[in-house]
Amino acid sequence: MESENPQFEKDQLRDERGAMDPVAPVFSTGVGIDAETIKQISQAKNEPAWMLEIRLAAYQTYLDLPMPKFGPDLNGIDLDQIKYFQRATDHIARDWEDVPNDIKATFERIGVPEAERKYLAGSAAQYESEAIYSNLKKDLESQGIIFMDTDSALQKHPDLVRQYFGTLVPADDNKFAALNTAVWSGGTFLYVPKNVHADIPIQSYFRINAGRTGQFERTLIIVEKGGSVNYVEGCTAPNYSEDSLHAAVVEVFVKKDGYCRYTTIQNWSTNVYSLETKRAQAGTNATMEWIDGNLGSKVTMKYPSIYLVGQGATGSMLSIAAAGANMHQDTGAKMIHMAPHTHSTIVSKAICHNGGRADYRGLIKYTKAATKAKSHVECDTILMDPDSASDTFPVNDIETSDGTIEHEAHVSKIAEDQLYYMQSRGLDEATASQLIVMGFLEPFTKQLPMEYAVELDRLIKFQMEDSIG
Amino acid sequence: MSTLLIKDLKVVAGEEPILNGVNLEIKAGEVHALMGPNGTGKSTLSETIMGNPLYQIVEGQIFLDGQDITTMSVDERARAGMFLAMQYPTEVVGISNADFIHAALNARNGNQPVAILPFLNELKQQMDFLEIDEDYADRGLNADFSGGEKKRNEILQMMMLKPSFAILDEIDSGLDIDALQIVAKGINAMRSDEFSCLMVTHYQRLLNYVVPDVVHIMMGGKIVKTGGPELAQELEKTGYADLSGAVEGSDND
Ligand SMILES: Nc1ncnc2c1ncn2[C@@H]1O[C@H](COP(=O)(O)OP(=O)(O)OP(=O)(O)O)[C@@H](O)[C@H]1O
Ligand SMILES: [Mg+2]
Repeated sequence: MESENPQFEKDQLRDERGAMDPVAPVFSTGVGIDAETIKQISQAKNEPAWMLEIRLAAYQTYLDLPMPKFGPDLNGIDLDQIKYFQRATDHIARDWEDVPNDIKATFERIGVPEAERKYLAGSAAQYESEAIYSNLKKDLESQGIIFMDTDSALQKHPDLVRQYFGTLVPADDNKFAALNTAVWSGGTFLYVPKNVHADIPIQSYFRINAGRTGQFERTLIIVEKGGSVNYVEGCTAPNYSEDSLHAAVVEVFVKKDGYCRYTTIQNWSTNVYSLETKRAQAGTNATMEWIDGNLGSKVTMKYPSIYLVGQGATGSMLSIAAAGANMHQDTGAKMIHMAPHTHSTIVSKAICHNGGRADYRGLIKYTKAATKAKSHVECDTILMDPDSASDTFPVNDIETSDGTIEHEAHVSKIAEDQLYYMQSRGLDEATASQLIVMGFLEPFTKQLPMEYAVELDRLIKFQMEDSIG
Repeated sequence: MSTLLIKDLKVVAGEEPILNGVNLEIKAGEVHALMGPNGTGKSTLSETIMGNPLYQIVEGQIFLDGQDITTMSVDERARAGMFLAMQYPTEVVGISNADFIHAALNARNGNQPVAILPFLNELKQQMDFLEIDEDYADRGLNADFSGGEKKRNEILQMMMLKPSFAILDEIDSGLDIDALQIVAKGINAMRSDEFSCLMVTHYQRLLNYVVPDVVHIMMGGKIVKTGGPELAQELEKTGYADLSGAVEGSDND
């Protein structure tokens, strides 16, 4: 391990995200990126030539595009110092017994194998650049559901991947989408056939281990007509003195009458820049729901969008962001209404403490075709101290005359009378504040499977412990 | 056992003087009623005893079991055995009533978690006793409760937390006749040598069900008269008019 300062070692010890594993990658392209790096990645994966072409074209786009001109300060990212591809194991295990001990121990501490035994229909784990584990329950497999990492999907179902890849998020969408398209690796491929229901959660867990790691997963979810799926992703990294970059691209296609709930619990350590592009498309009478919890990272920029392309499609975003010391959560949602009678809801809740910053950035767009569209946007923020900050940047772009939009935004402190009432029953101020915050987040947590809700409560309490009392 | 002793208490809210020298002693096992016209300082006294930061003590002391509690924080006072049923209980959404009471019990148990099953059993028992529908355990703390429901919920909390000294600020206001009897039943169930209580009320009605040992009358930020239960009955007939002389008389500044 490289020399680290003692403060960081201390932080690692007390960090529930766990310490870095002493795992050496079996293959890495090393530090930095050029066209050669991309060829190496593609070759290491034995990819078809068309994918390499997509990658190389995207790399050029990446070089041409500027950094984002809004939002958080990204000057801390040194793109020349990132390791763009690191393969941790030489194959994807189907059984946790086959996962190398150090890596297995890390996922066990996070609770991934246990969650799978108890309540998941399928589970996958990615470590640095690639999947190290993947398993789907037999009965789901036999109904034709495909759940695997996107690299494997490219090998086993190249036509499906080719049909959808990059069609919702083109490489030139933004600089980091271009970068992801150039160096993507891993991510989830989930295909749900017509009228098949996968309502028990299927989970992928993403772990960054080393410092200066770039993780560029590429996720593709396709829900055919009348199908449904409940997908959950989690992510963590150990505290590290050197910044890492997580730049994911997610594309979700929900066909007519389909349903997809996509839940994320993001708990990156505060050395990770998480710059994500997530987009979904909902067909006629289809429903797409993003449930998005942002608890960690140094900087997050993420505005999942839903293109409501079919008549009667519904989109919703329910998000929370918790920003503590040295954290900037710049999150939100975009709802693009492109068909009649489409509905969308955005509920965004944020807690800022210890000087943290959480901003909401959102877009509601009604194209001319979106007659009788409806949208409701609600942003609530609690500022725990005067050093913390929050702002909202809502944009409406309306080309129809018969739609409705409601927008509410509230910023508040923890109410003194509530604190007093709770203290009068014997709770100390810190515990009372925590309970009030949990109550504030309850509309979010009650949407999570019980086990995740418990975990989320625990993570938030942990994050806030330093800031109050 | 819990004895409350208040010595020459003077309290302001901001610049405004509200209590002008209150003296009061409540011995362990006693129930005292505190009556007096609107705006005379009864809630201020209640809140000051509990430690509400809106009120500042400028003079005097409050002792609980001989210990000066005037510098203790609100939650320390609560953990020392004090309880205040508030005139206007606060609503907190998103935290269930049951979770809140459990958290309060944990806090009073030195932050050691109280076993959940016995807790839930007792909660159910007390809710049955107070004829509170079981849904109210899972509803948000006082959230969208009616005025009377909030009062009943205060009594439920008192019965679960088992304070040694409780202040009940207008626990009878907003209660229908049946609810008043239920609340009174709750208070009477608490009565023992180990429990003392200060009940603020405007009406004899409550005192018919919970017969106090001592009755005090407060006017102009002072206790102007103290007597037995018969004092409240007299007051019912005469009102406060006859006592206004007492305020002037006892005003020594
Ligand atoms: N926080 C405060 N700031 C300023 N003045 C206050 C505050 N709280 C109470 N007061 C004033 O102090 C006086 C006493 O109020 P208090 O609520 O103690 O009366 P009370 O005897 O409980 O009356 P009621 O019978 O109406 O409940 C009133 O004039 C009230 O306006
Ligand atoms: Mg009052």
